[in-house]
Amino acid sequence: MGLSPRPEPNLIETTGNEPWITTKLDAFVNWGRKNSLWPMPFGTACCAIEFMATAASKYDLARFGMERQAFSPRQADLLICAGRVPFKLAPVLRRIWQQMPQPKWCISMGACASSGGMFDNYAVVQGIDSIIPVDVYVPGCPPRPEGLLYGIMMLQRKVGAERSSDKSLRNEMEPDPKSQLYIAPSVIDEVSEPFGNSVHQTRSGL
Amino acid sequence: MSNGFTPVVAGHALGSDAAAPATPKNVPHRGGPQNPSVDALRQQFAGAVVRASVTWGETTVVVDRARAHEIIQWLHDDPTQRYDYLSDVTAVEFRDFEQPIEVVWHLRSLPFRRFLRVKIEIVKGTAMEAPSVWDIYKSADWLERECYDMFGITFTGHPDLRRLLMWEQYKEGYPLRKDFPLRGRFSRSEQLRQALAANPEARYSKEELSIADAFEDLPGDMKRRLGTGEVTGE
Repeated sequence: MGLSPRPEPNLIETTGNEPWITTKLDAFVNWGRKNSLWPMPFGTACCAIEFMATAASKYDLARFGMERQAFSPRQADLLICAGRVPFKLAPVLRRIWQQMPQPKWCISMGACASSGGMFDNYAVVQGIDSIIPVDVYVPGCPPRPEGLLYGIMMLQRKVGAERSSDKSLRNEMEPDPKSQLYIAPSVIDEVSEPFGNSVHQTRSGL
Repeated sequence: MSNGFTPVVAGHALGSDAAAPATPKNVPHRGGPQNPSVDALRQQFAGAVVRASVTWGETTVVVDRARAHEIIQWLHDDPTQRYDYLSDVTAVEFRDFEQPIEVVWHLRSLPFRRFLRVKIEIVKGTAMEAPSVWDIYKSADWLERECYDMFGITFTGHPDLRRLLMWEQYKEGYPLRKDFPLRGRFSRSEQLRQALAANPEARYSKEELSIADAFEDLPGDMKRRLGTGEVTGE
């Protein structure tokens, strides 16, 4: 056949000339993690459309190691919250975050997910960071695919800089059992302070 | 479960020589040809029709609250009316506090190609009640629940009047009422605390799942949960 027979693997002689490198374990593990993030899109609004564009062939999320979209939180390590989150969805998003195994990260995509956006009203959560911890905020209404990709690259840099000696990194945050919140209620009230005096605003001015 | 299905061809009751439907042109703001159902209503229910008007070619008839159900039932059943499609149930509150809250039914007669807007008026300070038309149109189910959720109007006769858009333990009131602050009544942290206290999995009631058909297909834990009589919410 002209082909040499396949060598028996157990009989390969090591010549001592195989190339090898040394590196820090952190650098190696982080390199693997950051280039194979499995994102779970939590798309609730127009940002999800832009996310789809990012994942499609023109912008091609797969170039960043995200070939596989996980539609189960149990098989994902990156939650991309794309769109506004109403209060009714808050416990759902919290549950999804808690179902994701460590290591896990979160990108808040767009103005609504990051701050409530233009929906400063009775129904919409004023930033998902009051429900779950967020690693990267992507501004925009909605962000262009380039913006999301930039956010993802920022997250990759963040993942690359993690130290395994920092044991607190992988600690699961437990919400305060009384209020079920991660951060103090006074802080939430302060950061969601209205612009002007709209806290007493009614539609009729009554 | 159903008694068979009769297809309805839109406009078939008008006869074969009826003009083909066309987009109306030069429709006046006020006035114009009135829906013939109004005159029929005036004849059938003397004194129950408060007033009728035509705006942009659409007829609105305000009727007596006590007889609204009877009137809609007649509009649905009578062979000369045949309003067989309920497209919306909603309410209107006006900025002027003196003006009553209106409950609106949008009725469509497919066989006659007619549209009729039926309204009742609820004077502020009286009971926020309206008759449910669920027994006439099953599509009223969620429409009335939404209207109850947003305006706090109790539809008497509705089989399962719960909140639809807001979660069921929502305590802040009725968001589309004029006296409701845009940002809600509670602080943001309190709103969040109450929202997070809801169990996202306790969202189904027997009625929603129409257990008679679907119960056997449910996962075991949900069967157990519903079997103990637990309904929805906490």
